[in-house]
Amino acid sequence: MVLKLEHVTKRFGSFTAVDDLSLTIPEKEMFGFLGANGAGKTTTFRMILGLLDASAGSITWDGNPLNYSTSHLVGYLPEERGLYPKLKVREQIVYLARLRGMAKADALKELKIWLEKFKVPEYENKRVEELSKGNQQKIQFIAAVIHKPKLLILDEPFSGLDPVNVEMLKEAVLALKENGTTIVFSSHQMHHVEEMCEHLCILHKGRPVVYGALKEIKRAFGKKNLIIHADFSLEFLKDFPGVVKTKPTTEGAELQIEGERVAESILKEIVGKGFIRKFALEEPSLNDIFIEKVGDSYE
Amino acid sequence: MNSFWIILFHTYLNKLKSKSFIITTLMTVVIVLGLTNIQNIIDLFDKNGGKDSIAVLDETGQLYEPLKQQMKATNNDIKLTQYKGTEKEAEKAVEEGKYNGLILLRFNGEQLPEATYKAMSIADSSLFADLQIGLQQVKTMLAASKINLTPEQLQKLYEPVAFDKVALEKDAKTEEELNQARGLVYVLLFVIYFSVIMYASMIATEVATEKSSRVMEILISSVSPIKQMFAKIIGIGLLSMTQFAVFLIVGYYSLMSNMDSLKDGFFGVYGFGSIPTATIVYAVIFFILGYFLYATLAAFLGSLVSRIEDVQQMITPMTLLIVGGFMIAMFGLGKPDAAFITATSYIPFFTPMIMFLRVGMLTIPVWEAVLGIALLVATIIALAIFGARVYRGGVLMYGRSNSFKDIKQALELTKNE
Repeated sequence: MVLKLEHVTKRFGSFTAVDDLSLTIPEKEMFGFLGANGAGKTTTFRMILGLLDASAGSITWDGNPLNYSTSHLVGYLPEERGLYPKLKVREQIVYLARLRGMAKADALKELKIWLEKFKVPEYENKRVEELSKGNQQKIQFIAAVIHKPKLLILDEPFSGLDPVNVEMLKEAVLALKENGTTIVFSSHQMHHVEEMCEHLCILHKGRPVVYGALKEIKRAFGKKNLIIHADFSLEFLKDFPGVVKTKPTTEGAELQIEGERVAESILKEIVGKGFIRKFALEEPSLNDIFIEKVGDSYE
Repeated sequence: MNSFWIILFHTYLNKLKSKSFIITTLMTVVIVLGLTNIQNIIDLFDKNGGKDSIAVLDETGQLYEPLKQQMKATNNDIKLTQYKGTEKEAEKAVEEGKYNGLILLRFNGEQLPEATYKAMSIADSSLFADLQIGLQQVKTMLAASKINLTPEQLQKLYEPVAFDKVALEKDAKTEEELNQARGLVYVLLFVIYFSVIMYASMIATEVATEKSSRVMEILISSVSPIKQMFAKIIGIGLLSMTQFAVFLIVGYYSLMSNMDSLKDGFFGVYGFGSIPTATIVYAVIFFILGYFLYATLAAFLGSLVSRIEDVQQMITPMTLLIVGGFMIAMFGLGKPDAAFITATSYIPFFTPMIMFLRVGMLTIPVWEAVLGIALLVATIIALAIFGARVYRGGVLMYGRSNSFKDIKQALELTKNE
């Protein structure tokens, strides 16, 4: 049950929203989508769900295209949050679950379990408009997963939540993954993707600029971060061979370097110049990669 | 259960349970009950059992009896009493509410009757007119006897001329039938007009609500927008049927229990006693088709707006179409065989009202009605196909604009390059 996108392109008139995107999303994995606003994430999701037809290319899941006959296997949390404001949580969830092919009794049973899990069992008979935004988001998350989908698509699942709720939702998502759900999610927050996804793709203006396994991407990136805390000025390192970027901090400097060897040379260079409190070589963060590939800061 | 039925019943039951639906239904039931009981209600408010009592101050001593005879013949609801006393006393009696009015009778120079009518207010013009007619007849009789006309001669003089209308067309409706048809068609036109406007805008609002609350994106990822659109249209259609069933049952029973008092009034004149079955069948057909035409239009217009506030603006052109059709139909009531009416009855957006007017008022060949219905059905199908495509793209579009340019954009979204 692999989700495969092959040479997918979507044009709106003269505007190309997604340009020749080919991806393979392995089963039971969590796949991260990164990209600035307008990069084509939501359009890609809508094409995967069959809401929009691709202008070119094909999208298949387990060899077959996804359409309304498979909608009971798919869960979707759209970026734009929304539920019926006037309906009670129970009526709402049961209605949406039944549209995904679930029986009413099963939907009610699952809803109780989920509400317990999110520690809000008292919301069952409340109208959605009475709930806070964060809690509405929990309810909508339940609507997306209640029918135990095999493929779950989450468009910005954590945006607008407080840290406690983010943790709660993250746990729920990880538990779903453990149970064998293939999850595709997009986020603005690099660290969410970094923490949770084995595979990821960075979209820029509809094109995949980075794509692959997280570890591979980091290794292929080559550059590393070097953090030095020292009592003397590190100004001179700016022109040191192999240093890409320097950023002075209150206690020293943060450098981006081309590889481990550069760190060795720098260490040799600064030893004896004074007291060094910290000298740490770190893996590049996803944010560094994103900035490098997309060209400008996003977060 | 199939997702189509889930949406259909969800739409139907939710609207059925909604406060606004219950309130409008109850209010209309009250109006229906009021209309069918109108005679009882009028009687209830009339203190003297519906009779107006008039004091007559006859200076001549000769006019009271003939006037009383006349009034008995023309209007039994006016009770005349001869008042013995002065004018001042009579006026006082009127002020105290013993009488509705006071009439002073006297002769003029030519020994013909003359009168003055006095009442607290002279707003009741029908009472005054009735008295005037009675008095006029007394005067005519007196004047006739002065020039020695016999009552027979007088009758001849006033006999109306024999003037019959004959329609040459075979099966054409008689004058009486036309009057009946006019009343029935008038009422049914109103029903079609109001219900199409009401339920079509209900659909547009429903679609826009789902869109503006952003629940739409979850819905369309589970069920195809086209299925949703038709489930919604039929769900609301079912709702309208329910509402009409309530009105019809309440109206029918109330009418039956009041038949005696209503037979002579408005209902009798406009032929509600014997409603032709064909007219009712046509009314149902045109109501259903008209509903589908405008509901489909409303659904896709509703799918183009992002905020509920914009719904009314978006469906205004559609509402104007309905109003236009209704205006033409109103004009057509008086002149159903005008060429203009015949022509407009084939324009699908007007057909539900104007073709119905023609089949109800005229005896037109069946093929004409069938042709109108066929054109209407074809338009509905075309609109449904087109509308479904706009709907599919429209529900994904969010933005400030809500112009008809959006239709093009919505179609582009669903286009398969």
